[in-house]
Formats: sequence, C-alpha cells, structure tokens
Amino acid sequence: MFDKMMLCDEGFENAVENGETIGFSLLARLPYYRGLGLSMIEDIGLTIDGEPVKREDIRFSVRGRSWTLDEMETVYDDRWNFGEKAKVTVLRTGGLTPGAHKVDIAVRMRVSYLPFVPTTKTGRELQLAA
Amino acid sequence: MTSDIKRGVSLYSFQHETFQGKMTLEDCFKACADMGASGIEVIGEQTFWGWPEAAVDDAKIEEWHHLIKTYNATAVCHDFMLDYKRYKGRTMSLEEQVASVRKDLDFAARLGVKYVRALVSIAPEVLVVAAPYAEEKDIKILIEVHAPLHFDHPWIIRHAEAFEKSGSDALGFLPDMGMFLFKFPPVWKERFIRNGVPRHIADYIEKAYEDRVLSEYVILNVREMGGEGPALGMAETLRHNAAFEPKRMLDYMHRIHNIHGKFYQMDENLVEPSIPYEEIVRVLKQGGYKGYICSEYEGNRWIEDAQEVDSVEQVRRQQEMLKSLIGEPTPTALAT
Repeated sequence: MFDKMMLCDEGFENAVENGETIGFSLLARLPYYRGLGLSMIEDIGLTIDGEPVKREDIRFSVRGRSWTLDEMETVYDDRWNFGEKAKVTVLRTGGLTPGAHKVDIAVRMRVSYLPFVPTTKTGRELQLAA
Repeated sequence: MTSDIKRGVSLYSFQHETFQGKMTLEDCFKACADMGASGIEVIGEQTFWGWPEAAVDDAKIEEWHHLIKTYNATAVCHDFMLDYKRYKGRTMSLEEQVASVRKDLDFAARLGVKYVRALVSIAPEVLVVAAPYAEEKDIKILIEVHAPLHFDHPWIIRHAEAFEKSGSDALGFLPDMGMFLFKFPPVWKERFIRNGVPRHIADYIEKAYEDRVLSEYVILNVREMGGEGPALGMAETLRHNAAFEPKRMLDYMHRIHNIHGKFYQMDENLVEPSIPYEEIVRVLKQGGYKGYICSEYEGNRWIEDAQEVDSVEQVRRQQEMLKSLIGEPTPTALAT
C-alpha cells in the first residue's frame, strides 16, 4: 500500500555541508498504515540511475535526528511516523548532476504479526534542482 | 425491528487521506459526525505521532478530548500493536510483552476509551497476566478475531478457554467481519488482473472461491493452468480468507464488545459485494449485541494504482447500509 507515495517529488537535492557537496538526499515515506519503531526498519535500498547505493552510504533523518541504517537497528526511542517524510541522504562526493534521475527505493520492515518480512518498492524519475 | 447496535468508524478507514495530510484529525471527526457515526476508534500509533516509542504530548490528548466533545462523539477503542519483534533476533519475553500492554492501557485511559484491541497473534497468557491491570483501569482487552483465524480455530479456542479460566471480565473478543468473506472481492480481482493475471485464471479463482474449493487445490490448478507470479499470488489469497459463518459468533456474545466493520468496497446501491452484512447484523441482533460496529475501510490499497480513492464516500455508504440494517428509528422531524 502507498507504494507510489513512498517517494516524494519535492526535496530531491544535493546535500551541501560547509560549502562542500557531500552527496544528495530525497524525502521518503514508510509504505505502511501505521509508523514503525526505527529498530524494525531492516533496510532501505536505493538505486540511482540503475546503480545500487551501498547500505553504509545511507543516512536516515527525521525531525533533526540522523542515523546510519546499522545504528537504526538498536534505536528504540524514536520512529518513522505514519505519513512522515524522512530525509534519506546518500553520501557521494560531488552529489548528482541537476536534472532527471531514475530513483528506485525498497523498504524492508520487520512486522511482528506478519509471517514474512515484507519489502515494498517503487521507482520513478525525479528532478534534481540545479 | 430496532436494536441497540451503535455505529462508529475506525479512523484506519481514512488512512489514504491522513497519510498524505489531506485530512486532519478534526476532518475525520467531522466526517464521522456528518454520517451520524458517533463512535471513534483509533490505532493509537497511526493517529498520535511518537506512540509508543515516545511520549505523546498532553496537548495532543487535549485536542482529542476537545474533538470528542465538539462532535458529541464517543471514544470507543484504541488498537495497540505490541511489536514483540522490536529487538532484532529475539522475541520479547512474557514480562516485556505484559509491560508493553500495560503501557498501552495507560494510553487508552488517557484517550478515555473502554476497549483496547489486541492483535490476533498475541498469546493468551500475555493478556491473562495483563487483565488485572485492565480491570483497575476499567478497560477491556479484546483480541481481534481476524481472517485467516476464526471462532472455530484452535488458537481462538485457546484464548476463549484462557479467558474463562481467568475469571476476568476484562478479556474478550473483537471480531473483524472480513472473516465472513462470502465472495471474492471484485476490487481484488481487478487489481490482480491489472498486475498481470490472465482473465480466464482470475475468473476461475473467483468461481472456485464461490464453490468453496480448498485453497490448496485452487493453487495447484492455477499452476497447472500455467499461472505464475501474480496468478499464484491471487490463488494464495484463498489460504488467508474463507467464508466462515457469522453465526459462529453466537457462542461468544458475552465476550464480544466491539466489531470491525471491515469492507473492501461499497457500490452505489449501498451493497458490500463480498461480505454478508445483512446476515451479520441479523446474527448480532439475535445475540443481543449492544456495542459499536466500527467501519474499517480497507479498499484503498486495492484501487490506489488505478483510481482516486474516496474513503469518506466509501465509509458514508457503509454507514448508510448499517443504519438501514440496524433499523435506527427515523428522527421524528423527518418521520412526519
């Protein structure tokens, strides 16, 4: 559910820190009818223009707090809320060129009552602002 | 014939709109009030950001009570989740699970509800140990009897036996009407066809469901028809759904205190084509049910790829249907 709404059209931009472009970020929502505690987000997979992003290059941020995906596995005091737009940053020196990029996202979550571990995916072209 | 059955709505029904920020909490209350549905049910962690990992501000709870008062509503039920797989690689112990339930009972007390919903996968011993605390709070813990489980399943019978043995009135059931799925829902079929299921296979599965063919035979037949991927996925829904009989609720009426009015679609003639609401309401009246039926619209995920979802209109139609089946007296101003 909410597959296509996982990716937001706005907020796709290069990430600049101290004048240096350290990567790029996008806004994503959890494809689920409730939020989920961060320890239960098993993976966020990203592919940019067909090229998979390494798990260790991803940072996840909500409301000003930020974690690696490994760190999130033991975060018990915060969550990815229902409908909340999280900032997902990819570390990549120089970022991306402005314009269109094909973005694919896959979120795997551990849901206590399900007899399987679901992964929800979506993908489309997003425009990176100049 | 009139009855004491009351109408409510689970705000789960409006998830398509609330997820995108298209409806606020007040919009939800207003929509329910406009339909004459006085009961409000929530999944706490859907409606209240932060819960249960972080505390919910008093201001949010005050807003909730303000809306309850403004719209003359009744807070019926808080559906808790109990994520017993919170810790990677291990399941929570009994003590941890009970502590989690107690925390949700505290939250339910803040919301002023009389009932909490426990997911069907939660073990009876967790609920039995939590029951005295629920009694203190004057809240009942209701396990949701949800497809593929049903009232004759040994897991549910274990719960029923544990509840009786406990002697506690704070334990009960919340049946989800989806377990009485008497026809394959048209919105499911159309979605599977859009996902690539050949129409003749979709037609076969729909017919096999109506003929009550055992799911495993249907899956095998679909495989032999050349079905793969989405076709097998469609056939496998028969493992998780079946046309159990509404009258099976009658043995448990003394412990049924809330009901999920699950539905997948309501047509223009105010009919749910796959769930037998006429029979359901007849059985509930026969059993002397006096609680709420809370609408639970779950059609959005089946149509969102192809059309705009209008959850409010869908719920409005179901509420109209329920009003007529329950037989609410016509307001005197309109009766003359």
